Amino acid sequence: MLRALKSFGAFWYDFVIGDDWHVAVIVVAALGLTALLAHVAHVSAWWLVPLAAFAALAWSLYRATSSRS
Amino acid sequence: MTALPLILTVFVACAVEAIEALTIVLASGLTREWRSTFQGMAAALVVLAAVVGVLGPTITLLPLGALRLVVGALLAIFGLQWLRKAILRATGHKALHDEASAYLREVAAAKAAPVSSRGRVSDWYAFTLSFKGVLLEGLEVVFIVITFGDNQRNLGAAVIGAAVAVVVVTVTGIAVRAPLAKVPENALKFAVGIMLTSFGSFWGAEGAGVTWPGGDAALLVIVPVVAVVSLAYVAWIRRYRPPASLGQPAPATEGVTG
Repeated sequence: MLRALKSFGAFWYDFVIGDDWHVAVIVVAALGLTALLAHVAHVSAWWLVPLAAFAALAWSLYRATSSRS
Repeated sequence: MTALPLILTVFVACAVEAIEALTIVLASGLTREWRSTFQGMAAALVVLAAVVGVLGPTITLLPLGALRLVVGALLAIFGLQWLRKAILRATGHKALHDEASAYLREVAAAKAAPVSSRGRVSDWYAFTLSFKGVLLEGLEVVFIVITFGDNQRNLGAAVIGAAVAVVVVTVTGIAVRAPLAKVPENALKFAVGIMLTSFGSFWGAEGAGVTWPGGDAALLVIVPVVAVVSLAYVAWIRRYRPPASLGQPAPATEGVTG
């Protein structure tokens, strides 16, 4: 039972998070900051999540191509 | 927003997953036994239908803001993962997913496994191989259908996109009786990665409290911008960070620009 739960969790982790968990952390942090800006500072920072996504992807690709080169 | 982008995105994403499931089903059916293979496939489809039937309507009970924040985050993370893999494959840093060799590996394993029956299943190996393959690839389809469908409050359109993809891939597979190795899988994954990242960023930011300039029309800008930036990353890696050994460079038909 525990093994089944473990493999189920591992499947979903691999499915959603994938090879680089840093990307997930950056996206979640960007969404958190966006929510903070919207609800506390009343700033509609629509540009923040796309910029964070581009930065996360660039950084992840840079790391992946450094270690494989 | 019309249902067309939703249907098309779900269609392409589900077609990619269906191609991978087809490879496993063909390996099982052609080398072992079709009856047990179909039984495994049917059992997996029943489980998947139950998951959609239970989770789909349940998730719609969540407030739209919370739903978009959570699902947007998941889709953006998921989409960036697809994009990352597609870019690494297109630049030769990661081996291309090869349905032909995946098929040969499954066939070799299927031929080596002993035959044993359980209950009404005459070949348990063929049943479990087919069940696992369809269930695992199908769960990815379910994830995409539910997240896209619920976010757009149009689960029916998402289900149509997925169903058409599965039917098209299945009919093509039956017609050619071989894994669909000639499909430009990496280019499809690249396109899906762009759509998932764009929709995920849009919905996630909206769920976080942002008002997009132009409302839903902002997606008409976000999608091309994500595509251009991703293609720029491909060009950057090809030019400045090529792999040390070009073991398997992306051929023109499989590269994202090909």
